[in-house]
Amino acid sequence: MRKRSLIPIVYILFLMLPIYWLVTMSFKTTNEILGGFSLFPQAFTLDNYIKIFTDSTWYSGYINSITYVVMNTVLSVSVALPAAYAFSRYRFLGDKHLFFWLLTNRMAPAAVFALPFLQLYSAVGLFDTHIAVALAHTLFNVPLAVWILEGFMSGVPKELDETAYVDGYSFPRFFVKIFIPTIAAGIGVACFFCFMFSWVEMLLAKTLTSVDAKPIVATMTRTASTSGYELGLLAAAGTLTIVPGAFVIYFVRNYIAKGFALGRV
Amino acid sequence: MTLELRHVTKSVDGVPHIFETDLLLEEGSFNVLLGTTLAGKTTLLQLMAGLDRPSSGEIWFRGSNVTGMAVQKRNVSMVYQQFINYPHLSVYENIASPLRVAKLGRAEIEKRVGAVSELLRLTPMLQRRPAELSGGQQQRTAIARALVKDSDLVLLDEPLANLDYKLREELRDELPRLFAGRRCIVVYATTEPTEALLFGGYTATLHEGRVTQFGPTGAIYRQPRDLLSAQVFSDPPLNVAQVIKNGPRIELSGGIGFALSGPAAGLPDGPYTWAIRAHHITPLQQAAGRATLDGRVLLAELTGSDSVIHFHLDGATWISQSHGVHPFDVGADAKLFVDVDRSFLFDADGRLVGGSE
Repeated sequence: MRKRSLIPIVYILFLMLPIYWLVTMSFKTTNEILGGFSLFPQAFTLDNYIKIFTDSTWYSGYINSITYVVMNTVLSVSVALPAAYAFSRYRFLGDKHLFFWLLTNRMAPAAVFALPFLQLYSAVGLFDTHIAVALAHTLFNVPLAVWILEGFMSGVPKELDETAYVDGYSFPRFFVKIFIPTIAAGIGVACFFCFMFSWVEMLLAKTLTSVDAKPIVATMTRTASTSGYELGLLAAAGTLTIVPGAFVIYFVRNYIAKGFALGRV
Repeated sequence: MTLELRHVTKSVDGVPHIFETDLLLEEGSFNVLLGTTLAGKTTLLQLMAGLDRPSSGEIWFRGSNVTGMAVQKRNVSMVYQQFINYPHLSVYENIASPLRVAKLGRAEIEKRVGAVSELLRLTPMLQRRPAELSGGQQQRTAIARALVKDSDLVLLDEPLANLDYKLREELRDELPRLFAGRRCIVVYATTEPTEALLFGGYTATLHEGRVTQFGPTGAIYRQPRDLLSAQVFSDPPLNVAQVIKNGPRIELSGGIGFALSGPAAGLPDGPYTWAIRAHHITPLQQAAGRATLDGRVLLAELTGSDSVIHFHLDGATWISQSHGVHPFDVGADAKLFVDVDRSFLFDADGRLVGGSE
């Protein structure tokens, strides 16, 4: 029993090591980080966090990121819901090709789209706005959400739709009152993945913003280059950046297991 | 109040699913659609409900043409083979949902849900979710939802097929009681001839998208119009043989022959298809003068209090079903007795020309 649990424990420690290092660094001063090797902070400090929560150039990065990520999640999932319903319930000309084409949007690197998007959004006056980043991220989040939701929807027998019609529900009423609650788990998983991918995406978010909608990932990298080494501050920012993801994953963990069972996550 | 299908057909992508069908279902009648899987039972039910439109033909209800009418506007209910309930709603809300959509008053909803859940013995589970119930209770919830709104047409698509034996028997006994005294037309699709016989009423036998016969259940069981209807309405499968009629005798291949009596004996000589249901071949000599068959046992199984024996006879497999436990060893020789008077004779086109149950 002990021998068996040893390997997973070692593996988990190995996985957690960089995160541990990030978190300890965030409580150290930059001098200590550069000074030498230490497992624990020798001079424990909260200054790094205080700086982030009080300096608007720092905390506005989080606000900007959260703003466009939430916008993007709402946008992607609400667009994907009817699309996924169509793919799961109807057969139409080229449906399979269209479904596959949607997925191919995820296969191109974001860098491919950076230049056309920059030019396009500048031309229509959307450069450096939250909605620009939110829209750019729908490029890969809508296909993903459609794909996840289609899996969950296909798991619901079409007889449920028919029963609702027989009971007298109109289509919109059925969709909102019966169908959406039935696939709530799928919507949760789709939201989670949209949130995640939009949250971690850096290239498009950085390219399409300058000041007003500057995301936290951009702030973090910029500080490293301009004001010398502020490693403690960066570590604190990094720690705070992984918090929302960890938080969200905690809530949808059961649903994600369900999604895995459907082969869609 | 009648439901009438006039020359209804249904094709999907050019493949015919339902060939031209005419049916007239009477008010307050219990109608069984009997057919194997893929015979078109579900398609026919969906056409009746209005969930699907016929490719051609018309559907008339209460003297008006309802062919293109949306399902929401027709007063129908449907129960499926899978237990279909709204998973996020309690049993109470599931049953109440058609009434809520119809905007009935709170007191009226409470009264009707109370009555129907009492009838289906769901009262103790009203606050639970469907997933917390047993299969039988889940299906009873679906049936309760179908009954609560007083539909004109109740469609049941193999509602008992996914239940285990015991629950099936139980619900099967309850069903006729639920519909007793209601004015609605009930259509019940099933693959099991036993269920059709049990419910009585009317039966339509379906075979590959065609209604081969429709009429009072007892009548079409005793007098199937053709070989296909007889085969659909037989479980275990009908024993069928090609025979030559010669005077009062019919000759099977391999030198086996039987003497016919009654009107069938007077038919012109020539080739016929002869058929007999499994329970008219038994290992017991119940009456004197029965014709005998000597076969080799291929399979002997007990189904409850019945014995089913598959036996080999001159290159063909025959089936005997009899009441009581009759143990046979596989490979042993068996002597079986045939009640020839209860057999059918069909002509070359498969039409019944003589004999009845």
